[in-house]
Amino acid sequence: MKKLFRFPGGIEVPQYKEISITQATKKAKLPARLVLPLHQHIGAPAEPIVAEGEIVLKGQKIAHATDYVSAPIHAPTSGTVSYIGDREAPHPSGMRAPCIEIIPDGKETWVELTSHARDYTALDPSSLRNVIREAGIVGLGGAGFPSYIKLNPGPGREIETLIINGIECEPYITCDDMLMRERADEIVAGVLVIQHALQAKRTVIAIEDNKPEAIESVKSAIKQLAEDLIDVAVIPTIYPAGSEKQLVYAITGEEVPSEGLPVQVGVVCQNIGTVAAVYRAVHHGEPLISRYVTITGDVDSPQNLEVLFGTIVEELVAQCSDNVQDIKRLIIGGPMMGFAMHSLNIPLIKTSNCVLVDRGRHSQFSGREHIMPCIRCGACAQVCPIKLLPQQLYWYAKAEDLDQVQNYNLFDCIECGCCDYVCPSHIPLVQYYRFAKGEIWQREEERLKSDKARLRHEFRERRIERDKQEAEERRRLKKEALHKKATNAENKDPADEKNDPKKAAILAAMERVREKKSSQKINPKNTDNLSKKQHQLIDEIDERRKRQRQDEQQSGVD
Amino acid sequence: MKLYTPSSPHTHAPISVTKVMLKVLYALLPGIAIYILLFGWGVLINILLALSAGLIAETIMLKVRKRPLFPFLTDGSAVLTAVLLALSIPPIAPWWVPVFGVVFAIIVAKHLYGGLGYNPFNPAMVGYAMLIISFPREMTSWMAPKSLTETELGFAESAGVIFQNPEALKHLDAISSATPLDYLKSQLGLDHAVAEIIQSNSIFGGIAGAGYEWVALAFLLGGVWLIYQKIIQWHIPLSVLASLFLIAGIFHLLNPEQFASPLFHLVAGATLLGAFFIATDPVTASVTPLGKIIYGAGIGLLIYIIRVWGGYPDAVAFAVLFMNMCAPAIDYYTKPKVYGQRNE
Ligand code: SF4
Ligand code: SF4
Repeated sequence: MKKLFRFPGGIEVPQYKEISITQATKKAKLPARLVLPLHQHIGAPAEPIVAEGEIVLKGQKIAHATDYVSAPIHAPTSGTVSYIGDREAPHPSGMRAPCIEIIPDGKETWVELTSHARDYTALDPSSLRNVIREAGIVGLGGAGFPSYIKLNPGPGREIETLIINGIECEPYITCDDMLMRERADEIVAGVLVIQHALQAKRTVIAIEDNKPEAIESVKSAIKQLAEDLIDVAVIPTIYPAGSEKQLVYAITGEEVPSEGLPVQVGVVCQNIGTVAAVYRAVHHGEPLISRYVTITGDVDSPQNLEVLFGTIVEELVAQCSDNVQDIKRLIIGGPMMGFAMHSLNIPLIKTSNCVLVDRGRHSQFSGREHIMPCIRCGACAQVCPIKLLPQQLYWYAKAEDLDQVQNYNLFDCIECGCCDYVCPSHIPLVQYYRFAKGEIWQREEERLKSDKARLRHEFRERRIERDKQEAEERRRLKKEALHKKATNAENKDPADEKNDPKKAAILAAMERVREKKSSQKINPKNTDNLSKKQHQLIDEIDERRKRQRQDEQQSGVD
Repeated sequence: MKLYTPSSPHTHAPISVTKVMLKVLYALLPGIAIYILLFGWGVLINILLALSAGLIAETIMLKVRKRPLFPFLTDGSAVLTAVLLALSIPPIAPWWVPVFGVVFAIIVAKHLYGGLGYNPFNPAMVGYAMLIISFPREMTSWMAPKSLTETELGFAESAGVIFQNPEALKHLDAISSATPLDYLKSQLGLDHAVAEIIQSNSIFGGIAGAGYEWVALAFLLGGVWLIYQKIIQWHIPLSVLASLFLIAGIFHLLNPEQFASPLFHLVAGATLLGAFFIATDPVTASVTPLGKIIYGAGIGLLIYIIRVWGGYPDAVAFAVLFMNMCAPAIDYYTKPKVYGQRNE
């Protein structure tokens, strides 16, 4: 294994992971209703393509992506669309948001699925990406960024390292751990798909050293299916090792540029759960409709459940605890970066990895003690993994000196909460940073608005002239694009890209460059050269999943 | 059901200002115990006086400034200021010296600057500086360790000396003595060589001052424990000691007749107490890693310069106060490179 790099700062936090890994992951009970927010990801909300009263099948698309950065949503089970409109959303502000509500019929009848298990290596990159896009797959590690975008490195960019993030550094959460223990082979098969899509030169599955069973099972799955194609990096348990910037540094020694993306240093990161979803989408045509969720904290029986999206938190907690009455605080996510919710009546969505329950009885959840003045002890600066000076950020955020907070690089702060955790004065530092960021965004927006008004006035004269030029340019591009369309298989890409001739032309050009590149390159370690035996094994995994699905449906009918 | 919705993180390390200050106080205990053992009850009376005065001054100031009493009185910062100042005052000084010093430190150096966390100067050292300027005679009249004097003062007699009882004051001549640093300085002024001076007077011990050196080593022990406990970091103490050792070493090599050995400087006076307990005072020190090293090195250098060429026998207080002034500027110029930011 290659050398690892130690990122600066970080903290050791009590893990409390052992409580939720005592039992194997079960399927959560089929809920009485499912509430699916149209906005479960970064980017534009999806748009409903079903109507109230319509009958839907399990896995049927019910809302489509409206933009390049967006993701479709599928029915997690078969049933009837009972309502489309605002419902309480899993948002820290407690706001309501547009949702589709489904009443399950209990039959679990699947839509027809198209498998690409045998031919995905033959698909051209954009078609493969489109399979993943259409399955509604977004980053399951937290942010929910549409995954297919990350699988497109952009023109002329080579991916040196593909990092599969199985770190799960937040205390309490064990869903990725359990997924790796229980479905390592699916994960490895999914990694092979992504490896193929990116033509990555090196692929690493990174796991924290506090998950020995997961490491073992992933290693043995690799040994069977993809010997020598994938490395496992065992990372020391230090929070926040699973944060993307820290992980990229730990594996490659490179720093992701400020406000930039890992791909700028030749790295793509994908979460373990996302990879398993990619496997199901490509090998089975199954869209993303469920995930592993850890239900833990102060519940009778902390555990992981495979949960359909749209399941209401209260129902889920009730499966692990007799009493849901005296809950004081409900956190979606971990104790370091999770969000406290206003109500139990919210649905779980693609990015919900953990439901953490606090009834005010355990000291590890004790709220802040009396907030004291900053004693300038510098403990915060010692643990900041970005090497910021949290104390100075705090002074300026408190004074609302928005220029100075930016000089001290507020926007590089990942809100990991390390500084806050160790502050002896119990100052809610992260809250100050969020406040300052919000203020800056708001002012920026106002400034843009007034700038726009001024510009609009100034450019009025010139606009007519420019319009004329643009019309001409459009005509030219359209001609080019039409020509391309005839020759290029890109036509499976999303509708808006197809219709926008400019974008289509750019995409076509990018594709050309990539194709040229990959044809010249020596073949990297990849699925393309798997052995016959390995193919056979993958087929077996596929068979197993198919049977599971059929059983499901069978039991649904019974 | 109303749920509680604070901002993340939702958990916190089991630490608080009180715990930090308490650990610093624990780390001082071995030094204090040996100090009392070797020098008598005056040390303890001194500390108790400073403590009472400090807590009363703190309470009054919190009341005047309309701050909640409980969290601030129990934060331990006033206690620590009082103890540190008491340790810098001769155990036979009259009662009003520690009382006045602590009251000045708490009221002027701490609260008039805005209280805990806002004071740019170390309050205990401001108190010390004020005392040595106002009462130079009382502040430089130290005592010899019990082992070197015929008379040994009991608790009552020690209290008598401190409270200026005329009966008890008769003992004063028998027990008082200059500090080794002080004596060395005045003798060097008379053109004696270092070795000769150290030979000539029993107040010098194995390394530095008889008795005092043991107290200093106990403070070193406490300081190392603080680093081990992660209450302080190694940067400041190490750079204070290293820079002092280096400059003292250079001059000692050039002219051992005139300049005492580096080891002497490390152990003499308040060096070790200062390096681990005073220079590391979080509120007033530098905070960036490189800044801490510069800050510490500055203190070490200034200690030497003031001891050897300055007007005061010991120099920790002035060195620390001077570097307190520089700390904001040092921090500004030593900002660490932020992850992902390009090098300028
Ligand atoms: S940890 Fe808290 S008290 Fe210490 S410097 Fe940072 S903000 Fe101030
Ligand atoms: S929350 Fe921001 S400032 Fe605090 S440690 Fe994390 S990155 Fe640094």
